[in-house]
Amino acid sequence: MIQLKLSKNILKLIGAVVLLLLPLLVTNSYFIHIFISIGLYIILSLSLNLVTGFTGQLALGHAAFYGIGAYTSALLLLRFNVSYWLALVLSAVITGIFGFLLGLPALRLKGDYLGIVTLGFGEIVRLVFVNWYSLTRGPLGLPGIPAPKIGPYIFDSRIPFYYLIFGLAAFTVFFMHRLVNSGVGMAMITVKEDEIAAESIGIYPIKYKLLAFSLGAAFAGIAGSFYASYISFISPDTFLYMDSVTILAMVVLGGLGSIPGSIIGATVLVIVPELLRFMTNYRMLLYGALMVFMMIYRPQGFWGANKRVRNSYKIGIRGVSNEKDIRG
Amino acid sequence: MLKVENLVVHYGVIPALKGISLEVKEKEIVCLIGANGAGKTTTLNTISGLKKPTSGGIYFQDKLLNNLPAHEIVKLGISQVPEGRGVFPNLSVVENLHLGAYLRKDKSAIEQDLKWVYEIFPRLEERKNQLAGTLSGGEQQMLAIGRALMARPKLMLMDEPSMGLAPIVVEEIFRIIKFLNKEQGTTILLIEQNAQMALAVSHRGYVIETGEIVVSGTAQELKANDEIKKAYLGL
Repeated sequence: MIQLKLSKNILKLIGAVVLLLLPLLVTNSYFIHIFISIGLYIILSLSLNLVTGFTGQLALGHAAFYGIGAYTSALLLLRFNVSYWLALVLSAVITGIFGFLLGLPALRLKGDYLGIVTLGFGEIVRLVFVNWYSLTRGPLGLPGIPAPKIGPYIFDSRIPFYYLIFGLAAFTVFFMHRLVNSGVGMAMITVKEDEIAAESIGIYPIKYKLLAFSLGAAFAGIAGSFYASYISFISPDTFLYMDSVTILAMVVLGGLGSIPGSIIGATVLVIVPELLRFMTNYRMLLYGALMVFMMIYRPQGFWGANKRVRNSYKIGIRGVSNEKDIRG
Repeated sequence: MLKVENLVVHYGVIPALKGISLEVKEKEIVCLIGANGAGKTTTLNTISGLKKPTSGGIYFQDKLLNNLPAHEIVKLGISQVPEGRGVFPNLSVVENLHLGAYLRKDKSAIEQDLKWVYEIFPRLEERKNQLAGTLSGGEQQMLAIGRALMARPKLMLMDEPSMGLAPIVVEEIFRIIKFLNKEQGTTILLIEQNAQMALAVSHRGYVIETGEIVVSGTAQELKANDEIKKAYLGL
């Protein structure tokens, strides 16, 4: 048992070292860009997974939070000249507040109805970006967003951005892992499983839905803030309904309610369209077909939540060790 | 302990309860029997706060419950075993049980209670790492009761514990209900269509028909009542 755990940790360590050394091994900047995109979408899919996968709330407007984070960060940097690190934190906080505000009225709805409200919210946010010309310059977008700096060092190539997104994604994975394996995470899962049963044991579902929505939004805001400074240009076209759907597809394809699932889902859905580039016009057709086949033959996703008990949950594991105690 | 006075509950404009009154005293098993659609589950859901009453009063240890949300009512010591068992199917048995103690902070006492629940339901211990959804119906009912017990309730509300179970399992469940009351002193309000079983374990009972209490009395009185014999006991 201990050996198994040890070798698992060694594997994790090797994985982390490889990821850290990756920019030295891969010099092609196109590949580095792909890795950065994967990191970005890991944050986005994990944040949506908290809402949809763990708490069971269908949300179709996640790109709106991504966009709010990006615009918040960009405007803070361009208009107020704040440090990037402050903008990063503030955009998470402000996007989290938006998540909370949307949650207040919307989370009293269930299932498809909630889906439609969040879809509407996504469209409203996009239209605000397009039409609030004095603030966002509308469809012209915001160019020249400054790169992050540490002291005198400016992020002038993709490599520092790679390390930044690696850090942010690792933080997100760590945070989500701790959260869903805590009592709070457990309460969120009960809300997904059966709200009435949750209430009957004293859990107030609205509280956990709001928490999931706010935290999910805040992490999407972090992703948005990173994106704004990485690409250095944002416009309303980046935060469309289609992006919400792509993020949802990553969550579902990877496996609802599974952290490794979201990581795999994001990785696959970033890489596959790139691999299919040689097919030019048929690319999206094949991509769609792949998703259809996936849902027919493996509806629980690459790494479904049915692995959860075996994966991590402490109570389950404690139950096992109790068994050993009893048997002497 | 629990007092319900002139409770009226509507679904939209349709009245489901037309002013019912009932009382549960400490250490009693009281049953509410009636046919489908008589208002049994509505009564229970209103007591536990899942449904809001139109008028009337619900008092638990002299405290008015009417406007409290469900999770606050649980805090006062009322645990509901929901209809159709209501376990969390994708969580393991031990997780379900731990969640029953969600509002409690006393960790060592929780572990003790877990052992105690396992003593009452050895089946649950055998299957503690299994997902609740993979248990049989009777085992799920045991889990739902065990989960409610983990909250150390003063009053347990049970919604049709016999529903959809094989007769032999029903007997087992009722044996446990009786045991909990007798040995542990748990106060229980039981809702049943299976009047025979319910009256066999209860001290007192109420018969509800289309939102009104039509007869009440001790279990013996009800068992002897001719109309009840005909309508509910099939004698």
